[in-house]
Amino acid sequence: MSECTCKKDYTLDTLVPQVGVITDIRQETPDVKTFRVNAPEGGKLFEHMPGQCAMVCAPGISEGMFSITSSPTNKEFQEFSIKKCGVLTDYLHGLEVGDEILVRGPYGNNFPVETELRGKDLLFIAGGIGLAPLRSVINYVMDNRENYGKVDILYGSRSADDLVQLKEIQEVWMKTEGVNVYLTIDREQEGWDGNVGFVPTYLKEIGFSSDKTALVCGPPIMIKFVLQALEEIGFSKDQVYTTLELRMKCGVGKCGRCNIGDKYVCKDGPVFRCDEVDSMPDEY
Amino acid sequence: MYKIAKEKLPALFQLLANEQELILPIKNSGQVNFGLWDEEVEVDLTALNSVKSPKDAFFPQGESLYTCKKDGKKIEIQQEELRDKDFVIFGMRPCDYRGVEVLDKVFLVDPVDSYYQARREHGIIVTMACSEPEETCFCKVFDIDCADPKGDVAAWLDKDFLYWKPVTDKGKAITEKVSSLFAESDDKAVETIQEDIRSIVEKLPYSNLSLEGWGAGKTDEKFDSPIWESFANSCLACGTCTFICPTCQCYDIKDYNTGNSVERYRCWDSCMYSDFTMMAHGNNRTTQMQRFRQRFMHKLVYFPTNNDGMYSCVGCGRCVSKCPSSLNIVKVIKRFQEEGGKAN
Repeated sequence: MSECTCKKDYTLDTLVPQVGVITDIRQETPDVKTFRVNAPEGGKLFEHMPGQCAMVCAPGISEGMFSITSSPTNKEFQEFSIKKCGVLTDYLHGLEVGDEILVRGPYGNNFPVETELRGKDLLFIAGGIGLAPLRSVINYVMDNRENYGKVDILYGSRSADDLVQLKEIQEVWMKTEGVNVYLTIDREQEGWDGNVGFVPTYLKEIGFSSDKTALVCGPPIMIKFVLQALEEIGFSKDQVYTTLELRMKCGVGKCGRCNIGDKYVCKDGPVFRCDEVDSMPDEY
Repeated sequence: MYKIAKEKLPALFQLLANEQELILPIKNSGQVNFGLWDEEVEVDLTALNSVKSPKDAFFPQGESLYTCKKDGKKIEIQQEELRDKDFVIFGMRPCDYRGVEVLDKVFLVDPVDSYYQARREHGIIVTMACSEPEETCFCKVFDIDCADPKGDVAAWLDKDFLYWKPVTDKGKAITEKVSSLFAESDDKAVETIQEDIRSIVEKLPYSNLSLEGWGAGKTDEKFDSPIWESFANSCLACGTCTFICPTCQCYDIKDYNTGNSVERYRCWDSCMYSDFTMMAHGNNRTTQMQRFRQRFMHKLVYFPTNNDGMYSCVGCGRCVSKCPSSLNIVKVIKRFQEEGGKAN
């Protein structure tokens, strides 16, 4: 037969991960840690865009899709903020600096930071670990401040102890010109003098002007009520972006499980504009 | 066009197998499946459908992707060797060949699945016309002409001869290697076979099934129909339909601990299973109705939406004959056809 050309043309298959080394671990909250990952020889494993995800694999345990929480403007490393809530994440929480893990990606689309979002006033709304994907965009916007308008960040969690990236929020975001940060927690807590109440309620109380573009991420129930609240204060669906999350195995639209209608969340998402979400069949 | 007398087929198989692996329909304990040829096996070229589709020649039921070795904190990974030897798959039916074309749309689009691609590049497909299509066949509905097989080589069988027509470059190359066994043939005999086949197909009960209302962009019309619920009540969620289907491509990725290393492998999975979409924070398809609907909507609406109208059902009829609850895609299409107006 004709000479075999496979070996020449093939790069490493997309399902085969790279080895990454954990170079820093921050305990953000009682059940969230942020892992810093580098290539073993230093530097980043790959380039990504804000909102994209990667598969983090622990050999012998499993692999799972996580949003890359660091901004692509960070040239030194990538970070993942991971909540301990299952077999894989339990294992990851047990790892130490210097341990190697496997990472493949990046996968999916990204927030349209270089197109639709350019020049806009941005309203970020996050709940709990939902800050992880938005942090990538927020820091991208911070590092390219001149390309965007005013920035408002509304972030809430169950308690003051559950606020992720609090140090960065207080020391960087709150001190950046043209950036307003609004924090809220679900219940009264000693030592907390900020707002108390759910994110959707606080959102309506503040009443942002509806000429902004909103980026929403958090638990499904929060997203649902935030979208209602945004509509009430005058936002239309095409001004709001969110991310969806479904079970994934491959990350490239082939294993067949993360589809909603004809869209694959891993490939066509995870970022969707809310009018796109509305046009999908109700199965997410 | 070439021909070879049927009694000389073992010599053809021998010659093909001398050069590369030969996979063909083999009868074992009364069941026909595709398997490796050797002199001992009982080749069955009359069985219309193998029990399992031949898709696992390209997309195996289970395959290793890579191996990880841990040494202290360090991890080393070794990708599995890709297929680098040719093989011939002989006697694939035209519907199953379309099945491979459907899988191509999944695995060969960016990012290409290199495991699949290597097998596709090294596989030479000899497709065989269906001399006697059965009542469960409905390939015609998907514009497949089972009298005119597509593939690297097209083949036809009558009572005395196998007719052999190379189609692609790969097909021509393999033909050269075995041409010593062939005699030249004109097209007449094959034309007669084709006429016979087409006259049978015309009379098959499902050949005139209508796909009106299905296809690209029809999600909203079909998704909320009460018809799904009425079917799903009898679905056992056994997954048989997905495993015997030539186009079902859902897979799982899992780990196998060998003791001193971890092998990450891929295996067939089924959208019919309740844990298929289960994750830490919940499950978006909690009922069998949702899972049942997913399978048929995928084949008849979602896949065509993403692939220029191409359906991911090929009308092979395996699910028609194998579903223990007698549920199948023909019933789905028919019921929607009958109740179309009411259901929408």
